[in-house]
Parts: sequence; structure tokens; C-alpha cells
Amino acid sequence: MLISLDHITKSYTGDVEDVVAVADVSVSVDSGEFVAVVGPSGCGKTTLLLVAGGLLSPDSGEVTLDGTDPYSLSQEKRARFRAERIGFVFQQFHLVPYLNVLDNVLAPALVTGDPEAGKRAEELVQRFGLGDRVGHRPGQLSTGERQRVALARALLNEPQVILADEPTGNLDGENSDEVLKALQAFADQGGAVLLVTHDPDAVAFAGRKVVLAGGRLAEMSPAPTPDHDAF
Amino acid sequence: MKISRLVVQEIAHRFLNFVLAVVGVSIAVACLVASVTMIDAGEIQSKELVVKRQQEVKDAGKKLNDEMRKITKGLGFNIVVLSEDEDIAAFHAEGTPTRTMPQEYVTRLANSPIVVINHLLPIVTKKIEWAEEKQKIVLTGTRGEVPQAHRDPKKPLLKLVPEGKVVLGFRLHEPRKLKPGSKIVINGRELEVAKCHAERGTVDDVTAWVNLEEAQQMLGMQNLVNAILALECNCATADRLAEIRGEIAKVLPGTQVLERGRKALARAEARNKAKKTAEASLVAAEESGQQMINSRKAQANVLVPLAVVGSFAWIVLLAVGNARQRRNEIGILRAIGLGSRDVLVLFLGKALLVGLAGGAIGYAAGYLIGTGFSGPIGQSLFDVDWLLIALLLAPALSAAATWLPALVAASQDPAVILQEQ
Repeated sequence: MLISLDHITKSYTGDVEDVVAVADVSVSVDSGEFVAVVGPSGCGKTTLLLVAGGLLSPDSGEVTLDGTDPYSLSQEKRARFRAERIGFVFQQFHLVPYLNVLDNVLAPALVTGDPEAGKRAEELVQRFGLGDRVGHRPGQLSTGERQRVALARALLNEPQVILADEPTGNLDGENSDEVLKALQAFADQGGAVLLVTHDPDAVAFAGRKVVLAGGRLAEMSPAPTPDHDAF
Repeated sequence: MKISRLVVQEIAHRFLNFVLAVVGVSIAVACLVASVTMIDAGEIQSKELVVKRQQEVKDAGKKLNDEMRKITKGLGFNIVVLSEDEDIAAFHAEGTPTRTMPQEYVTRLANSPIVVINHLLPIVTKKIEWAEEKQKIVLTGTRGEVPQAHRDPKKPLLKLVPEGKVVLGFRLHEPRKLKPGSKIVINGRELEVAKCHAERGTVDDVTAWVNLEEAQQMLGMQNLVNAILALECNCATADRLAEIRGEIAKVLPGTQVLERGRKALARAEARNKAKKTAEASLVAAEESGQQMINSRKAQANVLVPLAVVGSFAWIVLLAVGNARQRRNEIGILRAIGLGSRDVLVLFLGKALLVGLAGGAIGYAAGYLIGTGFSGPIGQSLFDVDWLLIALLLAPALSAAATWLPALVAASQDPAVILQEQ
């Protein structure tokens, strides 16, 4: 398994008592899989995603990405591990406001220092139809363009995993489709996608669905669906 | 892409924040540099003033010496050695001495080791009736200066009147239209006029100067003198005169010494006073310069720390604001793999650039302010050491002020930030 979340529990300190965000949840995502995590607001979806991304240490349970427990690494090594293995896509895009499109896409190369990153960034910019927007800053882009920049950034270091938190939440249908297709393509090329979403269309894109309710695993669809073409 | 590009791009994006921070650093550096420049200028001005005053004192001293020389020469002598039995009251009343001393006294005095007197001039003088012209005159015989054995030869102040010659005062030559070369007869002795003095308004106007031996013959006072003049004595003060009297008394016990030329002494005292005034002015200039420097140092002691603390607080505020503004950016950069050290570099890199710009601008502003307030100075106040200090100190100040906000930003948990969205 590329992503393995085994009996993960994570709680936050509350004013009166601790709030359990995720309780004993186990999810695994293999190479080529596109898994959607769904559930009502506050059910622990984003927490689970952050735990999977090596950003939020669980209270208990085990996390492995391609056989490595990121929480066993030092903070600096874990940061580099994230840069090399994981791509993040968020609902709010989280682009650096003062960098242009190309530099935003190149941002993950700050960590790896990969000399080929520039070439790959240009290819990604072209691939996502941003060729004429290279010098623009995020404030000058449409929401769809911003999310495409965020996707290109997530793919720059050729990660094994993409963790996406509501990536279509701010997008119209056309732009949503474009993003979801890109994620699908990533999975088709052997990557693993863990998508947190409310969007039924996005769920339909996923090969597998994991439903959380009250921080617990409520439902998990069986094996990968064979055909996405219907979408 | 490198982090430095991120730093530069962020500065360009939030240029106002950068400018405000640079202004803060510039003010602190400008205060420091202006204070230092003004203190340096004060020291230079003070030194220039002291040098000027020293020159004035030197000039005053030189003028005093010149004046003393002119005065003593103009008045003829400073002290007069008279016979012990000379009636001083009669001497003052008559204007000429009546008693005599052996001429040998002059030689004795000249060969003595007295160092306080100069230019010994023996004279024989007497009020006589100029029989041929039926006029009372003062006949004075002089032999010029007697060389002092223990001294190097000096240029004599009064020249010897050659034998057969006469020097006439104004009231003797003018009514008779006498000129150098004219022949006259005084009490049967034919003499050639050697020189005619201009009017002096003193007894000199009715004095005829002849050679000492000739005068002694004319007056029947062979080998006798009735006064020894000592010119240019070191008697600029009353105490000094007492010293001269004491020294002469040891060599010539049968004599008395009178002070002549009170005007000269008065003027010498005035010149001495002027010199002392100039010296006091020099001390005052030194004190005034030091006071100015102390005052500027006192101002700097208050102003510079205030400016530095104010600037520090200002940069802290700006850095805190900047860190809050960049919270999301830091969150995503941390999420995509930047370490907390990289985030620190982001903030401190900007702080260093703020410091460098603020240091350079602050130095230039401080230098201009400092020189502007210091007035004209004959030399450049540019100090490369202070420029280097400004360029090192300002980034250090900026980095120190940014350190804590940067540390807080770097230690932010990206998960918390990302969950806030």
C-alpha cells in the first residue's frame, strides 16, 4: 500500500473536554487508486488528510507512506519527505501571493533544489493551459486558473501521493472537471490520490469512497471501480 | 528557484512594509551618525579655535616683545645707575644728575656676570650755558654701548657720537637752521653737526650729544660719569626691577638704581595683560569647545538610545504585522516542505536587506544632517569606519528586531493554519 492509515485516532484539546476528530480510522490507498473521503462537516476528513500528509501527528495509530512512517522522521526530514513524496491541493489554493504563476509552480523546488524543476514547471504550466499566464500573480487569475496553478505545483516534484482537500469547492463545473480529470490522470499513471470532498461529482470520479461520520469510519466502498469513463 | 528570490519578490510585493522598516532603521542610524558627525565636527572646530587662539597668544607675545623693544629704544633706557650721593629729588627736579661716579664703574658692571641688564651706556651730562648762543642746554657725552664680557656682541642700541661731531635736539638746530655738516661752536669747541633729531617734546629737544671724552673735557669731568644707562633690561615687571637693583647693588655698592621709562613698563604691563587675556581666551576657547562637545555627547547619549529603541520597536511591530500577513503563505510553504529554518531565512533575509538599505540611507542622511548643523569645517567629516559600522549595525539591529516574530512564524504549525481555512 502506498498510503496506509492504521487505526488512527486524533483528538484536539477543547475548552471543556478533548474533542475526538478521528477515532480508530483505518484507510489504505494503493498506487493507481483514487479514493474519496466524504462525510459531513466536522467529521474529521481534513484531520485525516493532514495526518496522512505528515502534517498532524496522530494520538495513536500508524501512518506509512510507501513504507515510511513520516512521524518517525525529524521535523526537517519529514518536511523534505513531504516535498519529495506528497503533493497538496487545497480548496483555498494557498498560492504565494507575490509569486507569479511559474514561480508558484516552482515553489516546491525550493526544498529539493532539483535542476530539472524549471523545465518541468514550464511543461506543467503549458499542460494546465496557463502558458499565457506565466507572469501573472494569483490575484490576477481566475479561481479555476488558481486551482490549476495549485495542481501544477502539487505535481512539480513528481510525488507518489496527492492529498486534496476540497479542491473543487470553489470551482464551477467545468473547472472542477478539469481538476478531477487531472487527479484521475495522476492516479492512472500510478500515483495515489486521497481526496476529501463534499462534491458528489468528485466522489463519482473516485474509484473508492470512504465515509466518515463523527470521526469514525462509517462506510468504505469495496475494491476499485473498474470504469470511470461513464463520468 | 531559491529562497533569495522569494525574499526579493516579497519585498517588491509589500514594498510599503519594506519602506517603513527602512525608514525606521534609517532614523536610528541617522541619529547615531549625525551625533557622531557633530561630535567629530565639534572636536575639529574646537581644535581649530584653540589653534587660532594659540596663534593669537603667540602673536600677542611677539607683539609684546616688539613693542618692548621699540618702547625701550624710543625712550632711551630702562634703568639708570646713579651715584649713591645723588639727590634724587634734585635729579627729578633738574632732569639731569649732578653727582659723578668713576668711569671704571662701567667696566666693572660690564664685566660682572649680571644677566638681567643689557646695553650699558655710560653718560656724562650737565646743564650748561651755551655761551656763543646764550642759551641753556644739556650737554651729554656718550660713548655708545660698552660690550659686556659674558655676552655675545649685540647690535648696539645707540651709536657712538664720533669725536668732533655733535647730535642736536630739535630746539637747538631748528631755530638756527642747522643741518648735518653744519659747523657750530659750543663754549669754544668747534663741532660738526652729525645729526638733527626731530621734535620729541622732552628735554632731548635742548640736548646736544657729543663724544664722552669730549664732553668730559668740556665739562671738566675727566674719567667720570654721572649716569650709567642700562637699556632693554629684563624688567617687564616690578619684581624684576627689584631683582635688577639687588644684582647691581652687589657689583656697585656705592650706587643707586632708578627706574626710567615708566611708560614703557606701563605699556609692557598692558601688553602682558593683553597676552594674559589672549591666554585666558585660549583657555576659554578650550573650555568652550569641550563644553560644546560634552553637550553634543550628552544629547547623543539620550537621542541615540531613544532612536535605536524606537527603531527596534518599530521594526518589531512591522515584523509582527508582516508575519501575521504571511501566515497562510508560511502554512503552505511549510506544507510543501520548507523547514522552519527556511522560514527564518525568509524573514531574516528581508531584515538584513532592510538593515543594509536603512544603514546606507541612514548614514547618508546622518552625515548630511551632522555636517549641516556643524557649520563650515575645513576638512571632510566622512569616516569610512562609521559607514562600515552603520552597514553592520543596522542589519544586526533589524535582524535582532525581526528575530522573535520570525521565530514565531517559523514555529507555526502548518496543520493548524491549513485547518483554519
